Parts: sequence; structure tokens; C-alpha cells
Amino acid sequence: MSLLDRPSQSALSEGGMTRRQAWGLVGLLGVAIIAWLVFAVWPDWLNAILISKKAFVSAILNGITLAGLYFLVASGFTLIFGLMRNVNLAHGSLYLLGAYIGYEVTNRTGYWLLGVAAGFAVLAIVGVVMQVFVFRRLEGDDLRQTLVSIGISIVAADLMLAVWAGGTYQITTPEWLDGALTLPIITAVRSNGASVFLTYPLYRVVVLAAAIVIGVGLWLMLHKTRVGMMIRAGVDDRAMLQASGVNVHAVFAIVFAVGAGLAGFAGVVGGSALSVAPGEDVRYLLASLVVVIVGGMGSITGAAIGALLIGLAEQIGLVYFPTYGIVLTFVIMVVTLAVRPQGIMGKAR
Amino acid sequence: MSLAIATPNAAAQRNWLEKLGAGHIILAVALVLYPLVASDFFLTQIGGYSLIFGMLGLSLMLLAGYGGMVSLAQITVAGIAAYAIAILGNNNSNILGFGWPWWLAVPFALLAAALASALIGWISVRTEGIYTIMITLAIATATYYFAQQNYAIFNGHSGYAGIRAPAFWSVNWRDPRPFYYLCLGLAVLSYAAVLYGSRSTFGMTLQAIRDNPRRMRALGYHVTAHKVFAWLLAGVIAGLAGVLLVWFNGRVSPGTIGVDAAIDVLIIAVIGGLRHPIGPFLGAVVVILMQTFAIDIVGAERFNTLIGMVFLVIVFVSPDGILGLWGRIKPHLAQESLRPGP
Repeated sequence: MSLLDRPSQSALSEGGMTRRQAWGLVGLLGVAIIAWLVFAVWPDWLNAILISKKAFVSAILNGITLAGLYFLVASGFTLIFGLMRNVNLAHGSLYLLGAYIGYEVTNRTGYWLLGVAAGFAVLAIVGVVMQVFVFRRLEGDDLRQTLVSIGISIVAADLMLAVWAGGTYQITTPEWLDGALTLPIITAVRSNGASVFLTYPLYRVVVLAAAIVIGVGLWLMLHKTRVGMMIRAGVDDRAMLQASGVNVHAVFAIVFAVGAGLAGFAGVVGGSALSVAPGEDVRYLLASLVVVIVGGMGSITGAAIGALLIGLAEQIGLVYFPTYGIVLTFVIMVVTLAVRPQGIMGKAR
Repeated sequence: MSLAIATPNAAAQRNWLEKLGAGHIILAVALVLYPLVASDFFLTQIGGYSLIFGMLGLSLMLLAGYGGMVSLAQITVAGIAAYAIAILGNNNSNILGFGWPWWLAVPFALLAAALASALIGWISVRTEGIYTIMITLAIATATYYFAQQNYAIFNGHSGYAGIRAPAFWSVNWRDPRPFYYLCLGLAVLSYAAVLYGSRSTFGMTLQAIRDNPRRMRALGYHVTAHKVFAWLLAGVIAGLAGVLLVWFNGRVSPGTIGVDAAIDVLIIAVIGGLRHPIGPFLGAVVVILMQTFAIDIVGAERFNTLIGMVFLVIVFVSPDGILGLWGRIKPHLAQESLRPGP
């Protein structure tokens, strides 16, 4: 950080443009270009390059809403890692289990919200159980924690296969979440002069909204509450926190409950937008890994930035170069590591 | 790797038999004579397969045991060699297949694997410990999805089939017995190379870097270069295993390099033990016997649960795997104390 700060301070005294201001300008320019791309009616040559405006804007919107889902999964992952230095490679299994539970509860009661709540609650309990019976015994032993969580994910995947078989499930969303939203974005102008507005599934917008609300909530919890203060203190110096009389184990259990619960919540939400099937656990584990590697581990803001980058890369890749989409994600990860090994918002280690 | 002989006089005076050790000789004789007692099934499905996965575990052991870098991408490296063999040699998938002879295709496959491994290493050595696991897992998973989506090079979901082990020196290496000896020979070669390498100057430096990278950096060693070189060597061994694997299966597809396979390699290395190069081979035998016969015990469906459970128990009970268990039991058996472990 010191390397980044110093030039800006010296430049300030000389009256020139600081590095931060320069990046701000670049950012503003980028935002302006994107805003124009989204709201303007495209000339033909642009449509020729980027397939069509509808495809482009849909890819952006899909990317952002997918980022919302990725953020929900990765925020739990990064929260658990941030405090406990515990890489829970069973996080993808928590997602999938949450999705299955959400499916069962929604299917039997008919209330989708009940399914969402069950996904969160059951996985929060599972998280506490894992923390108390497994990870607490392996405190400070990174490799064994990792190996044990891999073992758990193998067993969990196999048991879920035993219970729910290999089929694909879709969690039914309630009627008030179905339907489409007409956005004030013109995709094309008909020959008679009428504008064609973009319609977008309401549900995906709601997922994004939920992610934003939860993200802001997590940020407020971490930065404005007493528990959050303890958590952040624990990230920096666990021994000192313990010495100052805080029940670190209780804090750990809470964090694990919230992190695992978020994975379960994301499972239900994601299982309603997409589908629930074996193998999804690995997909979301990979997404969480890449998101936190890019965004910086243990940082909620980093998870948001990482999720946005990866979600957009995945969806834009899907539309414009389907075969190499995954490579784009990968390139983002490698470039981030090359420039900032600790991730965009990560603290230097 | 530099050729360093630590104490030439003492080494020269010792009998080569003594240097080899009684354990190694007994093991070698048993492995050479194994085909006399084993059926074809036990020869290839258990023997050959264990040796191949033992080599994969060995390449991980080299990185994790000596370099402190736990990689989940070893199967990816092996897969690159396997795909290279399929693409450069012959396959019956009607796509690519340059028809190169084996003696040209194999070196190129090994080169590709070694370079890919060095690249993965170069990316992941920027990070340490758990981060290496996460990044290599991300690389392995990304490669798997890429192979599945890409039809131009990897032939997508179906991959390549109809790849045959070559026949040369009037031996068909596809037959069970020659294939077993081929695996055994390459496994012994890799094992001996790792054992020898670990005692070389490079091996010693690598282990010192594992124990204290900052001090080694301060002493003027190029830490990153040493680590990346270790990745390169591990890549050659994983590549060899990949070549054998594609000859063994006769085919390669994204499933070969999937996350399950990546985790299998880690399980094998950890169950066996990461302290000594023999560990991964022990682990491979145990895991492959389990995978083969668990079906008879717990039914065809749930053997992954059994393997996961055994893995969990071993990680909980003995962090050093079977080797660690042996290290603890041995003093009781021999009534003598062992050297204290690190």
C-alpha cells in the first residue's frame, strides 16, 4: 500500500494530477462509454461488431445478476476464510445441500420463501456443527483443514447423490416473482418509429437486489457492529482478541453459521434461477475460489468486485466466444495474480 | 540439477547393496515376480493402475513434500501429456491425430506436460500454502471445463478414443505383462530420480526453501526459480504417468482430468504419506484396492463415501498418512526408538 500512497501525496504537493485522480478519470470515461452503449440506439456498424444490442445488453445484465449469485456464495466463503483462515473446500457442497433443502421445502409446503429460510437456517446449523466438531479440532493447521473439507465434500456429494439421485431439479418460484420487467433500455427502433424496449426476467433482478442488500448488510455488520468489530479484530490478531476476553469460539461459530447459511441461501436462490444437479457443487466452489482469489481473500468488497468481474467475464464470454469463455475467467485470475498476488482488495501478506 | 556427491569417499566405500537398502531389494524382487502370481486383472487393473497413480502422487509428493507446495493440478499436467499423445499420434475420433510414431510423440508430450507444469507453477508460486491449493484447484477445474467446451483441440465432451500403446522391439506393450513391466520400469525410474534428486544440491535447496523461504532469499537463492524448476520436474513425472494413463485407458476425455481425479491424486498422496517418495505408491495401492473392491463391500453406488470416510479418518488420526502410522508403530515392533521426526 505504501508504494501506492506515496506518489499521490508527493504529486498533491506539486499540484499535478494524482494517480487516484487519473484512475478516476479513466473510470468515469469507462462508465460513460458503458452508459452510452446501454442507453443509446446503436448504429448499424456497432450491431455488426457486437451481434446485436439486445445480445450485448442481455450479456451485461446476465453477468451482473450472475455476479449477485456468485457474490452470495463467495461472501460466505471469504467470511469464513477471513476470520478463521479456514479454507472450507466443502463450500460448494453447502451450496448444493442448501439448494436441495430449498427444493424439498418449497415442494412440500408450497411456500418459496419458506424454502429460502430453510436453506439458510439448516445450512447455518450444519456450519456450526462442522465448525464445532471438525474445524475447531484442526485450528491453525491449514493443510489438514483443507484436506478434511475435501473429504467432507466427497462424502457429502456421494450422500446427496444417494438421496436425490442424479436428476436435475428446478425450484419453482412464486408467481409474484415470475414475469418480466420492461427496462427503459431501447434495443432497436422499428421501421414505424416505435422503440423496442428490453424485457428482463424479474426474478434475476430480485436476486441482484438481494445480493446488494445482503452485501451492504454484511458490510454494515462488519464495520458498524460490535460483533463485526470482534470479527475484524480476529482477522488481524486472533490471539490478542482472545486475550482481551472475547469468546473467540463463539465468534467463530457465528461467522461459520453466517457463512454456511449464505451458501445455503445462495443455493436456494440459484437453484430457482438455474437448476439443481450433482456437479453444481464443484461449479460454485470454483466460482467462489476464483472470485476470492481475484477480489482478495477475507474482503466483502473484494468479493463484490471479484464476483462482478467473473460474472461479467463468464456471460460476455458465453455470448461472444463460447469456447474460450472459461479462458477469459482464467486470464482475469492470472492477470490479477501477476499484478496483485493478494487480490484486488486483499491486504498484503 | 547439479550432480552433487555429498561424501565421495564414504559413499564409494559402502557396498552398493547396502546403499540400496534391504527394503528396496525385497520390494523390487516382489514387484518383478508379481506377474508370476497375479492374474491379468490384478496385473493391469491393480498393478499397472496403482503404479500410474503412484507416479502422479509422486509428482505431487515432490512438490508438497520437498517444496511445500500442495498442487491439485497434477492430473491436469498428466492430462496434457495424454491429450498430446492422442493429438500427435493416432486416434479413431477422426479429428486431428497427426500419426507421429511413439518415439516422437512421447518426448513432445513430456515436453508439453513439463512446460504446462512450469507455467502452472510460475502462476501459483506467487502465493503460498493454502492459496496454492486454491489456485491449482481453480486451474485444474478451469482446464476441465475448457477441455469440455473446446471441440477444435480437445474434441469436447467425448475426447479421444482408440489410442493404442505402441508395439516395438517385437513386444506389444498393450499386453498385460509387458504393460505392467513398462509401468514398473518408469515408476522405479521416477522413484529413483526423486530419491536421488532429493539428496542433490537442488533437492536440499528446495527443502531449505520450504522450511524458510525468507532466509534462503536473503542468502541469495532465487526462490521462485527453484520452485518453478521443481514444478518442471514434477511435470515430467506427471507427464510420464499421463502417457501411461492414456495407453492404459486407450482414451482420454475431460472426465480423465476432472476434479474427482485431481482430488484422487491428492487423496493417494496424503493417505500414503508425503514424507518419503514411497508414500504415494503405498497410497495408490490402498486407494485403488479400495476403489476396486469397495463395490463388493458397500455396493456399486456408495464407494465414494467409504473412500471419503477412510480419507477423513486417516487425516484425523495420522496427518502423515500410512507412512506416519508405520513410523509410529515401528518402534513398538522393533523395540527401538526412531529418529525424531521434524
